[in-house]
Amino acid sequence: MPKLESQPFESKLDTSSEQFNKNKTSMLSMLEEIDVLLDEAELGGGEHHKERLAKRGKLPVRERVFHFLDPDSPFLEISGLAAYKSDYPVGGGAIAGIGVSSGIECIIFANDPTVLAGAMHFYSVKKWMRAMQIARDSRLPFIQFVESAGGDLRPRSNAVVGGTTHFAESGRQFYEITELSKLNIPTVTVTFGTATAGGAYQPGMSDYNIFVKDQADVALAGPPLVQMATGEISSREDIGGAKMHAEKSGLAEYLADNDLDGIRIAREVMSHLNWEKEGTKPRFSIEKPLHNQDDLLGLIEPSLKTPFDIREIIGRIADGSKFEEFKPLFGPTIICGFISIHGYPVGVLGNNGMLFPNASQKAAHFIQLCNKRNLPLVFLQNITGFMVGKDYEQDGSIKKGAQMLNAVSNSEVPHLTVIVGNSYGAGTYAMSGREFGNSFTFLWPTAKIAVMGGEVIAGVMSIVRRGQAARKGIKFDEKEDAEIVKNQQIGHDKASVALKATSVLSDDGIIDPRDTRDVLGICLSVVNNKKIKGSKGFGVFRL
Amino acid sequence: MTIKKLLIANRGEIASRIIKSAHQMGISTVAIYTDPDANSPYVREAKEAFKLDSSYLDAKTIIEIATTANVDAIHPGYGFLSENSNFANLVSKSNIKWVGPSANAIKKMGDKLTAKKLSEKANVPTLPMTSDPKEAKKIGYPLLIKAAAGGGGKGMRIVKSQKDLKESIASAQREAEGGFGDKRVFIERYIAKSRHIEIQILGDSYGNIVHLGERECSIQRRHQKVVEESPSPVVDEELRNEMGAAAIKIASLLKYESAGTVEFLFDETTKEFWFLEVNTRLQVEHPVTEEVTGIDLVREQLKIANGEPLDFSQEDIEWFGSSIEVRLYSEDPGNNFLPVTGKLIAFEPTEDPLVRWDTGVETGSEITPNFDPMLAKIISYGETRVEAANKLALALENSHFGGLKTNRDYLISILRSDEFLKGDTTTDFLEKAKIKDEIKLNEEEIYFLAIAASMWIQGKNRYESEVLSNLSSGWNNARLPMQEIKLQFDDKPLTVKYKNNREEIFTTDKNNSVKINSWDKNFIDVEIDNTRIRSKVTFDNELLLIQSKCGDVLFKILPKFETVKKVAIEGGLNAPMPGKVVEIKIKKGAKIKKGDTLIILEAMKMEHKVLAPSDGKVKEILIHKDEQVENGATLVVLD
Repeated sequence: MPKLESQPFESKLDTSSEQFNKNKTSMLSMLEEIDVLLDEAELGGGEHHKERLAKRGKLPVRERVFHFLDPDSPFLEISGLAAYKSDYPVGGGAIAGIGVSSGIECIIFANDPTVLAGAMHFYSVKKWMRAMQIARDSRLPFIQFVESAGGDLRPRSNAVVGGTTHFAESGRQFYEITELSKLNIPTVTVTFGTATAGGAYQPGMSDYNIFVKDQADVALAGPPLVQMATGEISSREDIGGAKMHAEKSGLAEYLADNDLDGIRIAREVMSHLNWEKEGTKPRFSIEKPLHNQDDLLGLIEPSLKTPFDIREIIGRIADGSKFEEFKPLFGPTIICGFISIHGYPVGVLGNNGMLFPNASQKAAHFIQLCNKRNLPLVFLQNITGFMVGKDYEQDGSIKKGAQMLNAVSNSEVPHLTVIVGNSYGAGTYAMSGREFGNSFTFLWPTAKIAVMGGEVIAGVMSIVRRGQAARKGIKFDEKEDAEIVKNQQIGHDKASVALKATSVLSDDGIIDPRDTRDVLGICLSVVNNKKIKGSKGFGVFRL
Repeated sequence: MTIKKLLIANRGEIASRIIKSAHQMGISTVAIYTDPDANSPYVREAKEAFKLDSSYLDAKTIIEIATTANVDAIHPGYGFLSENSNFANLVSKSNIKWVGPSANAIKKMGDKLTAKKLSEKANVPTLPMTSDPKEAKKIGYPLLIKAAAGGGGKGMRIVKSQKDLKESIASAQREAEGGFGDKRVFIERYIAKSRHIEIQILGDSYGNIVHLGERECSIQRRHQKVVEESPSPVVDEELRNEMGAAAIKIASLLKYESAGTVEFLFDETTKEFWFLEVNTRLQVEHPVTEEVTGIDLVREQLKIANGEPLDFSQEDIEWFGSSIEVRLYSEDPGNNFLPVTGKLIAFEPTEDPLVRWDTGVETGSEITPNFDPMLAKIISYGETRVEAANKLALALENSHFGGLKTNRDYLISILRSDEFLKGDTTTDFLEKAKIKDEIKLNEEEIYFLAIAASMWIQGKNRYESEVLSNLSSGWNNARLPMQEIKLQFDDKPLTVKYKNNREEIFTTDKNNSVKINSWDKNFIDVEIDNTRIRSKVTFDNELLLIQSKCGDVLFKILPKFETVKKVAIEGGLNAPMPGKVVEIKIKKGAKIKKGDTLIILEAMKMEHKVLAPSDGKVKEILIHKDEQVENGATLVVLD
């Protein structure tokens, strides 16, 4: 196997320093909090619901997913902490994740019937849409495990149907399923329970349907609605039973005896898909990094005020820690270079400070190169934004920044973004934030995402207030203002933490820093389901 | 004419054994085989091979093959045609050298009564005997009935009292007739606490005859030898010389050429010995003699057949150390030692300690009911008898083989028994010593092996994965159940659950900490808590064979998904589609002919006839007119 000829990165991290250990303690306590939340998410609607399922011979949703996966294969859960501190249990009543089944990478979306009987709401619909977006972006077979009471119609739900504010905005999910089919992306559905009304289109629009006998209940309208609409009196089995659909309506291709049998059949279906990844296999031999992954725990100071060298992360995610740095002497606040992760060659960009005009130009250059080479890009975000001030504006901060944004926006190689610290303002966009079309976004527990830092925003508002007071000739109350500044800063900082962001699925989840390399490795394999082709053209570069 | 090419009129381990010595002497070899042996190792080992459509007893065809292949000599091995004087004659007449004693010697010694007379002529004592049942009383009970043409325990009966005599003679005669085509039997004195001791002899065509000392083969089950050794723990030099001289005397009267064995019965209490018979062939247990004398008996046989004189005299023969042989069988000691057939999924003799394995099987061999279920003879050599015994037991424990039941544990149990180590090996050994059929591991040992097996399966899953194969086993960032492997040991299910953690240490559901030191396709090295298990592993379909500290343990891997079995009614005729029964054209008990219309179903306004699949009788009608039946429902049961 060929190998990268570059030299390993030499770490300067002092793992015995007091700061390092303080950082590590802080990071571990954040991870502990996440662990507790994951336990909570696992409980779903609560233990008693699981017992009820078991009594009916049904499996909890995580067991369904687990049995579908190849034994001992990896599974990357997406947005496991969605709906954190919302009206819904953490996790959002559904599971999404990337796994391997019958030797094929695929994305699974599964309703958790213990949470509101699987009823769909803002969080679960967003997770579902995200799963289908991943399927579309990376050309991954899409598997649904359906058991849902339909849309959450309760008045307290903060959205009307399926997480939209008006019914007219709803229904895109069903459109997406059939779009996937059109794109030759297989859609496989196992229906374990109810899927009525709109929910009926979940199996309805799929390529392959497996219905579990005596459990699946799929109908446009259940007996009460039918009676209301036409006066006909019917049974659930008549209207939506699995057996009926397998024998009469033809909606079900496969009739499963029970949950496990449904999963077994789904694995059979996977095995016949004749699936070939269009992309490449790992090109380089896979060497472990020379530096310990555990060091990543002590790298970042939780307030994010102390700068650190982003290359300490690069050196811990790269195969053999090998890093070929690009233009190290030019625009040094952005680090660019070539590494491989789990054998896949990539270009990596990371922040070592604000984006200065030169740094933006260097990044724009590097992104274009990687597009020419068909190299996926890894963005390691710790960015407070573009440098402001007279000198920099005159040096073309906007113009050169626009070159970088142009390159990022029109780049067509997959972007994998990890927000390790700050992610502010236009910096978020320039470093390929979620809305700039990246393939995946993951957060470290230390991530903070906002238009700007809390301190800055509170300070700006204070300056505005002071100006207003001066204009109006009112005496400025310093004491009162200090109080407002303090509260504003705290409030803002709270809203920008990783857990808040992940709650609304603005990303694909918070990861343990020690998992960064493996998560990226999985994503690189996943994006290679589609042929990786760099962009042939960009927008007009303002030169 | 010297022997340049040899045909072996035999199969299995003895064919391999003969080929080895022949090739060492630069003699080319020809194997013969029947269909079940097409893939046997000896067929590959021989330089040429010919298929036999009939059997290994087909003397005529074998000689035809020998002629076609242009061989100079035929070695008959043991069993089959080895003691068939007609065959020996036929070989010689075909101008092919016969590797064995003369047809005359074979013929004479094939009859035990004649042999006894010869012994008397040589002044060697024989057990009191008679052919007349009326004289049984004179000989005294218990007594032994033997077939005149016998061998291998066939037609042999111990009779304890007069009342059983008639019946025993009749059954012995039936067995003798069936086995040898000769129903003659005779009655002999039975010595209960005796030993079976035999003297190996070698004679050349110049009248030189030497003996190579004794072998003791007292440990027998149903007159089949299980353990053989040389020297015998009860034979001293004086007795050896005495028995050796007696054997040579008998052999001389026969002008014996080639290798042979003179069998004696030895009474430990009185130190008397009696002549039993002469085996005019190479014995199964010949290797123990080779080990202690350093003489290759097959080589000597070939040299003798070639007309060469023995190049050593009695004085030159020396004995060193001790050698023990056990016979490994595919049989079930727990089920009356019935032969077991099936696939030998692994057969990997250990090299530590290094002992001699004379075998005709290999990994993947199918053990069929066509032949003797002996898998191997395993022969150890030690400075002392105890060393040889321990070494042999250890070699059995350290080897990796199985997939079907064997008597390995039974053999180990014999070798490790106090009685055996003391040398207390009279013919009633297996009745009085407490030999275990099976060496049982305790529950924890089995569970640990199940963990090791599961870790191996886990490694295999990762090794075979084609995507994300470099991620650590079971990597996830989610809350998922533990990995689960369902095994079956001894008909009992055994489930191992585990999960991997960041430090690549696995934890089981019973909280064992498991570290994998190394994994490969045939091996696992794990630490389970503080226990280290290093085992060869063989996986074959749903079977997993893993080494334990004393032999291998066989697990069955149960499928993750069990498909619900649709219970089919034997003879049941099922509905080809859902429909309504509109007509039943038969009655219970009615005779039907293939193609008869039995039932008419209506579905989608169309009538479908259900026809009789074959001639028969209606046993049961399970439906009635106008009944709506489901697809696949059983309609009628036919006989």
